[in-house]
Amino acid sequence: MKKLIFLLLVAVLAASCGSGGGNTAKTKQVTLSAAGATFPQPFYNLAFKKYNEEGGPVINYGSIGSGAGIKSLRDQVVDFGATDGYLSDAELAEMPAEVIHIPTCIGAVVIGYNVPGAAGMKLTPALLEGIFLGKITKWNDKLLTDANPGISLPDMNITVVYRSDGSGTTYIFSDYMSKVSPLWNETLGTGKALNWPVGIGGKGNPGVAGTISQSEGSIGYIGFEYANAQKIPMALLQNGAGNYVEPTLESFTAAADVEMPADTRVMITNSQHPEAYPITSFTWVILYKEQSYRDRSEETASATVTAIKWLTGDNAQAVARSVHYASLPQNASDQAAILLKSITYNGSPVLK
Amino acid sequence: MNGDRVTKAILFGSSLAILILSAGIVVSLTGGAIPAFKEFGLGFITSSTWNPTTGSEEYGALPFIAGTVMTSLIALIICIPMAFSASLFIAEYYRGTRMAGILRSLVDMLAGVPSIVYGFWGFYALRPLLVKTGLTDQGFGIFTASVILAIMIVPYATSLSSEIISMVPSELKEAAYSLGATRREVIFNVVIPAARSGIVASFILALGRALGETMAVTMLIGNSNIIPTGLFSPGNTMASVIANQFGEADGLKMSALIAIGLLLFAITAIVNAAGKFIIKRFA
Repeated sequence: MKKLIFLLLVAVLAASCGSGGGNTAKTKQVTLSAAGATFPQPFYNLAFKKYNEEGGPVINYGSIGSGAGIKSLRDQVVDFGATDGYLSDAELAEMPAEVIHIPTCIGAVVIGYNVPGAAGMKLTPALLEGIFLGKITKWNDKLLTDANPGISLPDMNITVVYRSDGSGTTYIFSDYMSKVSPLWNETLGTGKALNWPVGIGGKGNPGVAGTISQSEGSIGYIGFEYANAQKIPMALLQNGAGNYVEPTLESFTAAADVEMPADTRVMITNSQHPEAYPITSFTWVILYKEQSYRDRSEETASATVTAIKWLTGDNAQAVARSVHYASLPQNASDQAAILLKSITYNGSPVLK
Repeated sequence: MNGDRVTKAILFGSSLAILILSAGIVVSLTGGAIPAFKEFGLGFITSSTWNPTTGSEEYGALPFIAGTVMTSLIALIICIPMAFSASLFIAEYYRGTRMAGILRSLVDMLAGVPSIVYGFWGFYALRPLLVKTGLTDQGFGIFTASVILAIMIVPYATSLSSEIISMVPSELKEAAYSLGATRREVIFNVVIPAARSGIVASFILALGRALGETMAVTMLIGNSNIIPTGLFSPGNTMASVIANQFGEADGLKMSALIAIGLLLFAITAIVNAAGKFIIKRFA
């Protein structure tokens, strides 16, 4: 009996050593891990898959939310993080080392609705405020019918649908609403989760999209690509210049026509550009400026920066457009390139 | 080697692991919850404001406690007559028949269906049905969630109660029959009294499942962080708000969510203790 157990132990030990040794000998291929925002997940998944097919390392992207992505980077358990809202000065100060933001694409939040016979509905900031704060409760409210003379809106209750989970999508939408509505700014404010006065919550973009498409009379905000995927009608929004703009990749890029700060931390909601769709935002990956932390090797550091450089390059940006994200405008990709060059490993630049 | 001692050591180790695990859960939940209770005190339990906006952060658990208690109790009320009749049918009235066998396997099968599947069914089938009744605009809310919960816990309660009922000694029943009792009289005067504590225990276990159920509830309750104003009002439960919001939470909000977890743990413990008490008292 004793002998048997001993033999078994030896066998197990041998097996574990064998497999461990095999791994290191077999390949030196690095695997990168990243985590963060769910908003650009469709883009990242597809882009990283393509990168791997083109010979790049495997990148495991955990779409666990922007906040959790920032936390993972702070705890130094990922090679890079991803977030929909840039880190505030206070958040940056909490990080153990200097963190830089690299914009990767532009996403938009659209107002999707499910109202029979109301294709091409137009909404103004005042109407959005009224609907989402629960002051306009019927689809045939005079304010709504006045703004939409060509459409016959039904006598039906409005059901507001919002995100029940903390989310960058909510952050972008509320950032816009706080800019255009003083009342919103005072009551709900800007945040990843809000104290909604009316409506029902759906979990994740798919949850909100599913709820809208299944419930007549509902309206909610969702990522553009999710509305596209489920063919949910999207409202035209009145932008800062007073024009009603349809959500398209061109109108998203137009919104990014702003002066780019050196660290790329800028919210581009409520753009004053005449053709800009007003609820758009960059989404960023975040990483440490000095890449030698924990026990990271130089290969890992180099693979990380190269992968992000590829992500902001033409090939990956084409992937972004194919899944309904607008590609980076010139000024943003220029700034991204400058920032990537500033990243170091033990003090010397990673990108040669 | 002494086989007895090995067995004893393994059994002791496993039991100790369970103790350490539960103690660990309590310790880490309490530790995480301290900031929230420090900030809000007992007001955390009695306040109905849940405002996560930075700058005016304020967290109160009352909406979620109310939502959890309401949905679970309504689910239990719907569940009791269904599970009670089904278990009597299976274990006593049609005992040993083919029909009862089929029913028993069906019940066991339903108990194994993952909750997300019930959620889906509720979202796409039950909810539109409730909308058609005209009682509710979109079908999301306390009542819809309770019905789904009831359907989810009926198999548990049925399976356990029928097991208990079938364990009632046949000598007791035969004695009653020999005294001239009818079948109905035997069931209500012999079988149920003998199985009473077990039946109560099965409903308490079912209630425990309803309290902690997350996914199906999240899909149907409307996730609105308010105290439900009625049967068809949207609301939220403790388990559901944690599942929804922990991903983007940090600081005080994370602590508030952990504190809700601790409260849920405590409520479940109280329900179980109450169950044990009832069993002791009436058994």
